[in-house]
Amino acid sequence: MQYFPFVVVAWILGVGLYGIVTSRHLVHLIMCLIVVQSSTYVLLLGVGYVTGAVAPYFYDIGVHTPAVDPVVQALALTDVVVEAAVTALLLAFAVQAHKRFGTLDPQELVSLKG
Amino acid sequence: MTPSLRRWVFLAAAAGFVAFYLWGLLGLPGFGKYPGPYGFVLNRIAVSQTKATGVVSAVNFDYRGFDTLGEEFILLTAAAGVSIVLRRLRGERERSAVDEAVDRDVPATSSAVRMLALLFTGPVVVVGWWLASHAQTSPSGGFQGGVFLATAFILVYLSGEFLVFKRFSPVDLTDVVEAVGAGGFAAIGVSAVAMGLPYLYNFLPLGTTPGAVSSSGTIVLISFFVGLEVAAAFILIVGELLEQTLLIRRRSG
Amino acid sequence: MIAAVSTPFTVPAGLMDALQITVLVLVAVGATAVVLIRAHVRQVLALSVYGVLLAVLFLVFQAPDVTLSELAVGAVILPIVFLLTLAKIRKREE
Repeated sequence: MQYFPFVVVAWILGVGLYGIVTSRHLVHLIMCLIVVQSSTYVLLLGVGYVTGAVAPYFYDIGVHTPAVDPVVQALALTDVVVEAAVTALLLAFAVQAHKRFGTLDPQELVSLKG
Repeated sequence: MTPSLRRWVFLAAAAGFVAFYLWGLLGLPGFGKYPGPYGFVLNRIAVSQTKATGVVSAVNFDYRGFDTLGEEFILLTAAAGVSIVLRRLRGERERSAVDEAVDRDVPATSSAVRMLALLFTGPVVVVGWWLASHAQTSPSGGFQGGVFLATAFILVYLSGEFLVFKRFSPVDLTDVVEAVGAGGFAAIGVSAVAMGLPYLYNFLPLGTTPGAVSSSGTIVLISFFVGLEVAAAFILIVGELLEQTLLIRRRSG
Repeated sequence: MIAAVSTPFTVPAGLMDALQITVLVLVAVGATAVVLIRAHVRQVLALSVYGVLLAVLFLVFQAPDVTLSELAVGAVILPIVFLLTLAKIRKREE
């Protein structure tokens, strides 16, 4: 249990990279990119966890209750929202690539010249 | 390089890379054994320093406000990029939003979907607004509130037609709201500088009760602006894609 | 502070461990499913389920703010953006 979340993080990263490299469609590739990004969220939260502690919100509990690290949660929180917008931008590129080249196969798009 | 050869080369490289990555991760202190003092110090002093009981939002908008400003401008740029990239290419024409209802032969949206979407729109707006404006109390903050508000607009589209969605969120108004959100965040920082304090210093009165609506100074204000900006950015993105899918057609020759 | 702490809300350590391990395994399976499914609409559905699983994982890791963001993003915004793109691409191919 001490290192199991990190093993899962490495697994998700590896699986996502495999999907990106062997992808035959740009939209599938972008979804694999989302999987790779999600591995970093799990890693961030896994680093900041304290066994037995509660979430860092002290509205109804005492201020000295041990809580997990709030900084990595702040990072992961803005990350999730911003990566969704960047994914939308990538999909807009995919739509325009389809309009111009007619294909969305990454292995064919490489050899096309503008 | 044939695809299967590429796959084998990748598997060999990935085995080495993941092995090194895992070796690095196993050097961490272990899951649940967070050693660093920064998180514990913040948890101890954040409530009394900022009078905000939601420490994550206090970190986001006060202690690490500058990083959040950068992330918010990434969001703004991505939304602007989507609008620019999806502009009409030469050789396309945009159908007016009225004709497309006539010859569309897609099945009508089922009544269950429409009713559920309609039922949930109101509560989602309330929850999103509450999240965006109460950053200092429980789990809330501008980013969560903003995406919930954008979800409400998507529910409007699901429960009606694209035209209803367009009427609720005209592009000019959404653009202005997004700009106000992003500019407001930057302006709060600049107004701290105008008072002779560091950029994004929490200069508004902090209040006395931790977690009350009027406490925690600029955190509430910044979170509200961020909520506006995130909601407007996602509404713009979804609106652009909807227009591309429904309105823009190849010019048939 | 490198020992486990205890608060009035701490559940027995074994229970929390079991819950976290279960959700982690589900997340790993979900990620594999998203990558291995190649049919487009099915993959979007798998991504949506993966988003909800991630939200549950973040909740179990004591991070409710990240849960809220990931729920709204992964279950609503990402699927609709992907489905609109797929619809646009399919429309051009007819």
